[in-house]
Amino acid sequence: MRIGYIKRVGVILIGAVVMVLVPCFSFAGDFVIKNGTIITVKGDTIQNGTLIIKGDRIAAVGHDVEVPENAEIIDARGLFVYPGMIDGSCTLGLYEIGAVSATVDAYEIGTYNPHIKAMAALNPHSVHIPISRVNGITSALVVPGGGIISGQSAFINLNGWTQEEMVLKSPVGIHINFPRLPADDRRGMRARRPGGSETVKKRTEKQISELIELFNKARRYSERWESYLRSKKLPAPEKDLMLEALVPVIKEELPVIISVNAEKDIKNAIEFVDSMKVKAIFSGVNDGWEVAPLLAKHNIPVLVGPVLQTPGPRDPFDARYVNACILNRAGVKIAFITNSAADVRNLPYHAGMAAAYGLPKEEALKAVTIYPAEIFGLGDILGTIEPGKLANIIVTDGDPLEVTTHVKHLFIAGEKVSLKTKHTELYEKFRKRPKK
Amino acid sequence: MIKRMARKGGSFYFLIFSIMITIPLFAQLKIEGKGPDLVIKNATIMTVTNGTIDGGSIWIHNGKIKGVGKQIKTPRDVRIIDATGYYVIPGIIDSHSHMGIEGGINEATGQVTPEVSIQDVIRHDDISFQRALAGGVTAINTLHGSANVIGGRNAVIKLKFGKPAEELFIPGAKESIKFALGENPKKSNIPITRGQRKFPASRMGIEYTIREAFTKAKEYLRKWDEYEMKRKGKIKLTKWEKTAGLIPPKRDLRLEALADILRGRLDIICHAYRADEMLMIMRLGDEIGFKVGSFEHCLEGYRIADEIASHGVVASIFADSWAYKMEAFDAIPYNAAILHERGVLVTCNSDSPERVRRLFQEAAKTIKYGGLSETEALRTITINPAIRLGIDNRCGSIEVGKDADLAIFNGHPFSIYSRVEMTIIEGEIYFDITRAKTTEKVVEGLVKD
Repeated sequence: MRIGYIKRVGVILIGAVVMVLVPCFSFAGDFVIKNGTIITVKGDTIQNGTLIIKGDRIAAVGHDVEVPENAEIIDARGLFVYPGMIDGSCTLGLYEIGAVSATVDAYEIGTYNPHIKAMAALNPHSVHIPISRVNGITSALVVPGGGIISGQSAFINLNGWTQEEMVLKSPVGIHINFPRLPADDRRGMRARRPGGSETVKKRTEKQISELIELFNKARRYSERWESYLRSKKLPAPEKDLMLEALVPVIKEELPVIISVNAEKDIKNAIEFVDSMKVKAIFSGVNDGWEVAPLLAKHNIPVLVGPVLQTPGPRDPFDARYVNACILNRAGVKIAFITNSAADVRNLPYHAGMAAAYGLPKEEALKAVTIYPAEIFGLGDILGTIEPGKLANIIVTDGDPLEVTTHVKHLFIAGEKVSLKTKHTELYEKFRKRPKK
Repeated sequence: MIKRMARKGGSFYFLIFSIMITIPLFAQLKIEGKGPDLVIKNATIMTVTNGTIDGGSIWIHNGKIKGVGKQIKTPRDVRIIDATGYYVIPGIIDSHSHMGIEGGINEATGQVTPEVSIQDVIRHDDISFQRALAGGVTAINTLHGSANVIGGRNAVIKLKFGKPAEELFIPGAKESIKFALGENPKKSNIPITRGQRKFPASRMGIEYTIREAFTKAKEYLRKWDEYEMKRKGKIKLTKWEKTAGLIPPKRDLRLEALADILRGRLDIICHAYRADEMLMIMRLGDEIGFKVGSFEHCLEGYRIADEIASHGVVASIFADSWAYKMEAFDAIPYNAAILHERGVLVTCNSDSPERVRRLFQEAAKTIKYGGLSETEALRTITINPAIRLGIDNRCGSIEVGKDADLAIFNGHPFSIYSRVEMTIIEGEIYFDITRAKTTEKVVEGLVKD
């Protein structure tokens, strides 16, 4: 009894200390950002323009706009106003320290896990979230990994006290790691796996047919439930959470997001998507440059990259850098990704590197703003600076894709978010260490 | 018209047409003229040590830089590269790499293996050399891994892809033994079943491993010193030695390498993350009598910058890599800024065949985080690593008399939109994007895949 009491007091005390220590990270209210160069991404760039934020939305943008009373005014003279950037695939909130498994919730055991939800494990207070957003990334798709069907992703804003406050959409898609064929001699390494390429090939074919069978099962499951709900005469079918998770995919309400890289596997994945009649987004797609017209023909958007990767042993040296450019030129809608948590902040450099190797700069910017928003069905609320959209806004001292640019002000869903992070705090602390 | 061409001449005309429309998108560096010497003219030259020259020229003779400046005299019969609009920087030097090593990089069968050398296993045809060349890198310090406490010897080489291994070594470069502290040698991140656990499993055990090794080395050194003195007649022989003759101590290559560290002939390159372990080895060095040359990664260096500076240790760091291990969780990208401000020589390294291709972006991050100047940032991938590796007499800056190791960019090297167009080592062109097998050329069918 007494111990329980002490424990309870202890918890309350710790709670009180934590509450005092947690600084106020964001400020709500109306904001006027004036005198800045506004890169709307949608239309023309507005020189010396004004942007009004009311509540969580962009209220107005332009030259002659009505300025609300009591709004906080931010002078952006000499600065640039951009929509916040979006990482098309990452593990933010699921992944803290790579080598410490207790801090990693990004992968589940099991081969087919369409019922697993990223949102369930999302940690709103991951140290990587503030560190990512201060480099201009304001939203991201949080993706589960592992197995062949890894689960359901969640699209988040990089600010919020709870999962509900952060998540804009969940599920966004069901993630599939498409079974990989052994590499032929052109992409040597994989064929040398134990068991040899024939074994791998057989296993892959078996996995693909299992995947098809699972989708067919889900279709039958969906039909059984529909006919039950129509008549209510038959006994209710047994609930199956795994198949149930696939029903929205079967009904084309939810896309599959297929992680696939090698040319042959991409072709197989296209065939799979076609025959299953499901909506699809592809992710990774390292060999996209070899099949770009095919992807364009099938109207499959691509979450391309990461760009900053080593190419395959026999690929041209710039294969990963040029990939986005070739896909874009062929008419494929692209978005850049980091597939990371600690390096989400470096998303702009993936886009920038693609631009250094041929992708037009404007397209590179779109591929970290409006294109990912559109790909995930959020084009009406994110990705550009337009009245009515969510106020995810960054104010910078330069092109946000340039390494040397700094974010000076940051707004997520209309909240002015602090630029302090673990890194800036350690910097401040140790630069002030008395000289020895 | 395009359609008609495509139909009529098969794909040939169409191909020519597509090349015509794609090529003007990228200006190209062309080499004109004939002659043994090479002149790069009208370039923005970032010399690193003598400022930036706009519209300058570099004259390369016999693999060396013979002239640099706005107006320089050159012989008549030279090959000329008109680099109007291009930037030239010294060839990038990666102070921490594992490229070009045949087989494994760790001789981790024991905790102390300074007798092995990376110099014996250099692989000259590593494809990652070609890729690093495409990122403007001309020289690397390629290292033994960090799986054991005291590893093997390094190799400082130029990326002369295609040349035999022995032509890659840079004469006079500092020779170092790799040491490793923290999670790697204590094997924190490798699943090991209980029964197989081996010493050391803690930072205490690592300290002891080094102490024990140097204690043996000191004893070895004492025996050899005594032998030499006796041989030279500086101390008296024992009665037994007078009759049987002077017998040299047994040669032990492991202890010999450690003794060479104590003699100051070999340097220590020390993989270290946390502040506490860096303080530990500096203290141990003061006590035993060895000096650490560089801390590799040095993630928590910012916490003890003064101590690192006063011991004269170089910080060979990642610009912003962090959180992949527990000991990397307090790393900050402002590390370079604090270390530099407090007088530590900083180099930005790759430790990866991927990151090595964009070290110029890593250097740019030291400007972003903590505000290093452009020159200071550029130094971290050129002259600073050259100083660290003892090759600053011939590499690391664009100066008359130095090796003509150069990287030519199509824009400012710190702009994300710039890329390397040409990389030159000792006057020879090792990478030229116009002649390289690029993805676009493969797609166009211009080169065989």
